[in-house]
Amino acid sequence: MVNGSPVVEGFIEAINLIVTLNPQVVEITIRSLYVSLTATFFASLVALPLGALIYFYEFRGKHALVSTLQTLYALPTVIVGLIMFLLLSNIGPFGFLRLLYTPGGMIAAQTVLIIPLLMGLTVSALSGIDRDKRYTITALGASRLQTVTTVIAEARFAVMSGVLLGFGRAISEVGAVMIVGGNIRGATRVLTTAIALNTSMANYSMSIALGIILLSVALGVNVVLSLVQRR
Amino acid sequence: MKTNVAILSAGAVSILFILALAIGCTGTAPGGNETPNATTTAPAAGANVLKIATTTSLENTGLLAELERVYENETGMDLQFIAQGTGQSLDTARRGDVDLVLVHAPALEQQFIDEGYGIDPRCIAYNYFIIVGPKEDPAGIKNMSAVEAFRAIYIAGTNKTAGVVFVSRGDNSGTHAQEKALWKEAGYNYTEDILDSGAWYVEAGKGMGDTLILANEKKAYVLTDEGTYLSFADRLSLVPVITESTELMNRYSAIAVNPAKYPGVNAKGAADFINWLISDEGKQLIGDFGKAEFGKPLFVPLYAPECTQPPFNCTCAEPVPTPA
Repeated sequence: MVNGSPVVEGFIEAINLIVTLNPQVVEITIRSLYVSLTATFFASLVALPLGALIYFYEFRGKHALVSTLQTLYALPTVIVGLIMFLLLSNIGPFGFLRLLYTPGGMIAAQTVLIIPLLMGLTVSALSGIDRDKRYTITALGASRLQTVTTVIAEARFAVMSGVLLGFGRAISEVGAVMIVGGNIRGATRVLTTAIALNTSMANYSMSIALGIILLSVALGVNVVLSLVQRR
Repeated sequence: MKTNVAILSAGAVSILFILALAIGCTGTAPGGNETPNATTTAPAAGANVLKIATTTSLENTGLLAELERVYENETGMDLQFIAQGTGQSLDTARRGDVDLVLVHAPALEQQFIDEGYGIDPRCIAYNYFIIVGPKEDPAGIKNMSAVEAFRAIYIAGTNKTAGVVFVSRGDNSGTHAQEKALWKEAGYNYTEDILDSGAWYVEAGKGMGDTLILANEKKAYVLTDEGTYLSFADRLSLVPVITESTELMNRYSAIAVNPAKYPGVNAKGAADFINWLISDEGKQLIGDFGKAEFGKPLFVPLYAPECTQPPFNCTCAEPVPTPA
């Protein structure tokens, strides 16, 4: 592989790996989707109601809380990985769950990682709804519950794009899943950690193949995102 | 207000751990699904899974994948290798996060056993560390012993001789431990004399394969295990400079995590796997690995009584007791 251009040859071999549905590539892709989709689901379950709560309730420190959330958009993945590793390790407070080095642990780590992002984006999505609209709804005699449901219904596409962004962040991160998952072949190896490993083993074609898939997933998310935003 | 923030975040954290619990109950199921050809779909992580912390040098050669394939076919046990440096592997085992370690740093291993975390150590195989470097050999170390070579590289490097660079693993791995031992034998204090002593000394902080690739880019000297070098040789322009030096013996051992410390570990699985590794079948598999691809085996299995004598001084033949 050292002769010729490793990039071109790697690329050709990569296409071959994808087209022939190489079992290893398929397995890693499915696991990656499974872990990140599940994490996005759980994070949404927690973050969307909390985000709505923050938007609809006025309380002191709200501004500071929203700023904190926005800061945590950039929460470094390795730090989440480190903290979750210490929590989930056998001698850590949640060691009894035996989640370290399992897909469950990776899901937990990615969930923690994207919760601030989803909460913050939910708040901004709801804030994006015209304030006048909200007052009009109330003025028209809607009950508080009706106001809340109407505003949420109005903001659903913006909230959905927040969720897609969260998914994009989860599936593309490598720091947390590497530390918490351990990159175990056939158990916790996902697209990003497999790319890191195969690059370190100089299997560039495998890395390129997995990279193409990861980019396609990101592209797919973006296409859906723009479709949603156009609505 | 602070309290609100605190209450909210406390709420979020508590919800999270309820979720984590829920995931814990279901999280192992997909692991079973992903290996549809396994004879037993693991009911839960435990008796059918053996977690092994090991070194990047073993992973990068491909030996682990081969052992995994054969052993899983024979026994249905799901071997899960977590490749780290030897130092980190031993620490992972000290935390009770794995069932077994497969490592190569005798001094660190002894400490691990003395602390009561490791039991039933068995040496499995050995090969040699080698010093590889640029063909031009700018420090002129050819035909030296390893210790002399280190001294020559240090002198050339600190004198800013053109082209003399040494890349260190710098990750507390077994190879790094060996490197530090060589600096010590050469008469230098690692932290005072070597670290931060100039641009000639580069710490990679990565696994063996990555470090070789980095050294190759920098045309540097590097200490590597022979196995990883051979499996990467076709992608490297570096050549072996020093290969035969008794100071460079590299011994791999398997050590089980003490179930008395961590009752949750898979002690039976660990004992069974160690016994398989030291069986004739396991040794033959290790001894044959790489013959076809690299023209010579990457590892030499250890047999009694050779292993009990210097320079090995270890146990390699007696089966370990299998807990009920």
